[in-house]
Amino acid sequence: MAADQGAAALAGGAVRLYLRFAAAHWRAQMQYPGALALQMLGSVLFTAIEFVGVWALLDRFGNVRGWELAEVAVLYGMVIVGFATAEATGRGFDTFHRMVRGGDFDRVLLRPRHTVLQVAGAEFAYHRAGRWLQGAVILTWGLVGAGVAWNPARVLLLVEAVAGVTVLFLGVFVATAAVTFWTVQSLELLAIVSNGSVDAASYPATVYRRFMRRFLFYVVPIGTVTYFPVAALLGRPDPLGTPAWFGWAAPAAAPLFLAAALLLWHLGVRHYNSTGS
Amino acid sequence: MTLSLRLAPYRGVLRARWRETLQYRLAALAGFGTQCYWGLLRLMILAAFYQSGPADASDFSFAHAVPYVWLGQALLSLFPFRLDNELADSVRTGSVANELLRPIDLYSYWFWRMTAWRLAQAAPRCLLMLVVAVGVLPLVGLDEWALTGPAGASAAGLYLTATALALLLGVAVTAVLLSLMFWTVSSEGARYVLPAVVWFGGGLVIPLPLLPDGVAAVLGYLPFAGLMDIPFRIYVGHLAGAEALARLGLQLGWLVVLVLLGRLLLARGLRRVVILGG
Repeated sequence: MAADQGAAALAGGAVRLYLRFAAAHWRAQMQYPGALALQMLGSVLFTAIEFVGVWALLDRFGNVRGWELAEVAVLYGMVIVGFATAEATGRGFDTFHRMVRGGDFDRVLLRPRHTVLQVAGAEFAYHRAGRWLQGAVILTWGLVGAGVAWNPARVLLLVEAVAGVTVLFLGVFVATAAVTFWTVQSLELLAIVSNGSVDAASYPATVYRRFMRRFLFYVVPIGTVTYFPVAALLGRPDPLGTPAWFGWAAPAAAPLFLAAALLLWHLGVRHYNSTGS
Repeated sequence: MTLSLRLAPYRGVLRARWRETLQYRLAALAGFGTQCYWGLLRLMILAAFYQSGPADASDFSFAHAVPYVWLGQALLSLFPFRLDNELADSVRTGSVANELLRPIDLYSYWFWRMTAWRLAQAAPRCLLMLVVAVGVLPLVGLDEWALTGPAGASAAGLYLTATALALLLGVAVTAVLLSLMFWTVSSEGARYVLPAVVWFGGGLVIPLPLLPDGVAAVLGYLPFAGLMDIPFRIYVGHLAGAEALARLGLQLGWLVVLVLLGRLLLARGLRRVVILGG
């Protein structure tokens, strides 16, 4: 009983601490509103040019594997919303290699709080708000344009899918950060699983060859948590032969991936050797 | 003083920066892996579009697109995505004053230093990429995605010229942005906005000929097309003969304009700069 209360208090404290981190970063970043605006503009521009590329290709070719612009927009908007949310909240993992290389992780270990909480709170990317909004607009536009036949199950599916993408990207950030425990420096190669996943998931998985689909379904399951729910949402039968209900089940791959990433993180923390600098 | 003696310092800068950048082999290898992945991804996506759409969707065929995508990945680091950090810092902190004490022309120093940096970053990745795109892909049964040779001997010659111009043009673009830092101090704006503009305007997001015709025509006249799109289209034979020569002229024209603009801005910037501390 007492232990339960203790655990609850600790969890409440963790949430409070995380929110305090968030507030402190907000105050700090608002000291430089010009820089924040430019960063926002840059990230918005990047998403915009990618989407203009998607639009231009669909304008010229009409469809891709039977998917039209509004339908691809649903997929694209959902990936951007999930990615931006995960980036804004888990940004500390994105820049974690600096913490390891500089030896600053030693200080994290000394504090009586969980390492995941401290690293997550180490940085907040508020400039991703622009990208989030952009993704939300594209997603909404796509949903309206594709003429989704709404019912309670599909509303649930939409919520589930957005949450799934967000959790999956959090897992990606934790996993790529955990690799730093062994490599010390950040590997450009890992951009394949973070930014590469955004690019790959912007199109229906049927676009890709089988070896690529396997990577997107089983290794870093970004394809699983985007393609199946969106196909179910749009009422498209899956040419790969999965039943319709699978769309509702597929987002479960995200928490599983996050759990695996956290496991890797724990192994990494145990393996950690300070650079001593 | 003879010309060769006067050029010696810039040759020295070129050589030193080339050697320095080549030290980062692991970075080059990691970057290369990433670029292979991106090239494959782009090609798979483009192939799906070509298979889904009508056959006459574009006069730019999938066979044109394959070398276009691979060259874009192989030569990625030749192009001006970012400023040389050390040079940007020298303007921000004011240590650029030290360079002014030297008996060299600052613009030329910047120009050749950045040229060497880009070349040395691109060379190892480019070689590895050629091995994969020409040799390995056919071996693993992906022949239709393998990089094929240029469209002919004259295309090859024009392509090399256009690539050299593209490299210098990219350096001239960054020199303009560096000079602007005398006014803006921070390089943040350039750092966040430049890559998006170059990616799109150069044809890395999607090949420019696949954009709607009107948009492609307008972008074709901007300096960014000269960074990637023009050499690549010459290579695949989508631009040939008089049209290819005209595009080379366009590249050269932009190069002259941007070098003059960069020199003008630098001269103005140096006149107004006040450096504090000692």
